[in-house]
Amino acid sequence: MHVPDGFINAPVSAATGVVAAAAVAVSLRGARRELLDTAGGPAGDAGTGGGERTAPLAGLVAAFIFAVQMLNFPVAAGTSGHLLGGALAAILVGPYTGVLCVSVVLLMQGVLFADGGLTALGVNITDMAVVTTVVAYAIFRGLLKLAPGRRRTVTVASFVAALVSVPAAAAAFTGLYALGGTTDVPIGKVFTAMFGVHVLIGIGEAAITALTVGAVMAVRPDLVHGARGVAARPLELRNTGPVATPGAPAAAPAAARSADEPGATAAPEPAAPAAAAPAPTAAPRSSARRVWLAGLAAALLCAGVVSFYASASPDGLEKVAADKGIDKKTEDHATKDSPLADYGVKDITDTRLSGGLAGVIGVGATLAVGTGVFVVVRRRRSAAEPAETS
Amino acid sequence: MGAGHAHQLYREGRSPVHTLPPHCKIAAVFCFVVVVVSTPREAVWAFGAYALLLAGVAAVARIPAGFLLRRLLIEIPFVAFALLMPFVAEGERTTVLGMSLSQSGLWSAWNILAKGTLGVAASVLLASTTELRSLLLGLQRLRMPPLMVQIASFMIRYGDVITDEMRRMRIARRSRGFEARGIQHWGVLAKSAGALFIRSYERGERVHLAMVSRGYTGTMPVIDEVTASRTQWTYAAALPLTALAVCLTGWMLT
Repeated sequence: MHVPDGFINAPVSAATGVVAAAAVAVSLRGARRELLDTAGGPAGDAGTGGGERTAPLAGLVAAFIFAVQMLNFPVAAGTSGHLLGGALAAILVGPYTGVLCVSVVLLMQGVLFADGGLTALGVNITDMAVVTTVVAYAIFRGLLKLAPGRRRTVTVASFVAALVSVPAAAAAFTGLYALGGTTDVPIGKVFTAMFGVHVLIGIGEAAITALTVGAVMAVRPDLVHGARGVAARPLELRNTGPVATPGAPAAAPAAARSADEPGATAAPEPAAPAAAAPAPTAAPRSSARRVWLAGLAAALLCAGVVSFYASASPDGLEKVAADKGIDKKTEDHATKDSPLADYGVKDITDTRLSGGLAGVIGVGATLAVGTGVFVVVRRRRSAAEPAETS
Repeated sequence: MGAGHAHQLYREGRSPVHTLPPHCKIAAVFCFVVVVVSTPREAVWAFGAYALLLAGVAAVARIPAGFLLRRLLIEIPFVAFALLMPFVAEGERTTVLGMSLSQSGLWSAWNILAKGTLGVAASVLLASTTELRSLLLGLQRLRMPPLMVQIASFMIRYGDVITDEMRRMRIARRSRGFEARGIQHWGVLAKSAGALFIRSYERGERVHLAMVSRGYTGTMPVIDEVTASRTQWTYAAALPLTALAVCLTGWMLT
């Protein structure tokens, strides 16, 4: 991701340097305000000016982003990815502080670790700190405005915000490249490559960001800057505890028994524990369903709509193969005559429609197979569990 | 914390390069990189001259070549990217070792490799001859906003603390038999990240209160004011000025 020296020419580097400096200057002002009225601080602090809160808090948040970029998330078969953190910072501490912290991280990476060139610092900050953070925060707040007041909305909104922010940064990079790239790889190719790769990265980033924001929301909802309106529910005392607690131990054996022999004992059980038992499990399951639905929607969107705009020219490997004449020897795939061969539906002539349809059908088929495997595995596991416990 | 506060990036020494004031060094490195970037890529010999200049600086600073080369490994992702260039770029094609490559792509790959490597080497030399604290003071002398310098210094100071906290969480996870193998374990890792954020933020609040109780008002007093004499500036300017001469010759010859 970090752009090295000599990749973008001097005038564009200088111009982005000015943009980055302006953005940092604006964020320095804004961050003071944001960190002042974060709910974590005591209320009396506001009188003392509060500007002195900025440095320690923003510094520690920057250290957090620096550290969390080293946390590896395994994907599959030995590969792993890590968080970029722009969207996460924007949602957790607000856009100004987010820009500031990511910029400081980039500056230190450039100066100390030589990761990203010194002259490309402006490009890096504009692209990765400003665009990512601002786009993510705008989308996040917009979605919260559309569907306010629910904690699950926060999870979904942070998913979408992070999902869009990464390809947005890739698009911004392509724009800068179009203005001042030093190589003559055609813009369309750069865009396709950057965008395609970063949509994938964005999905990972979105999942991790949503999970992390959810984890913080569960423990300290007051620390999630972007969702302060949501979390501002007053604490309430629940005095119905003594009634509920004796019922709980009774419910557990009842549920276990009814799982063991469904027909025999289920009927005489009183209705109350049965009704009480699903209540605590309802929340995580339906939030999982939300995430699941959002993921499905994103996958369908990518497959059905975004693939319209994907390049029709062969991708990198196919192109290299064609250039070098490797592909003359390749044999046709065994499923070449299948109705979905080469990502198109056979009897539909409009290539775009056919490609999109093939994408949607592919997602559906993958989903069906995946769900089938999942259901089988779960059934086997849940069949094994009562045997272990009893 | 007991073993001194020097960062592992810094290499202790008392050479002339180490003792130069930090802002002179930062300015020199920045100008050097600007000069390198604006050199025409056809002047291949000029990049060799730059590399010799940097090798000279490393020799004066007594930085071993192995140390420098190991730190250069950070640019490997871009080497891979640059190697792809000749295959995807457009333009006239030429044949090398039986492969059809784009000529301008080859030039671009060379351009990125040479300029990127020189930039990385210059930054590595800067970071290994300058202490972190004085590097930040140097940035402040070069008119970077004081608040930004403070944020950066907090980040540097607590970066290792937070990283250690993350390492302790990993040890705690592993000692409970957890091993992240795939996407299904992201939830656990993300909860760790969330906990790390809360810990970092709360630590920031505690640090702030501790500093306020010791009289902090939002600005750091500068105790060790660094000034540079004319001779020191001249020493520091030697590198970018020589590079500039090389660059101008490069422009005239191509």
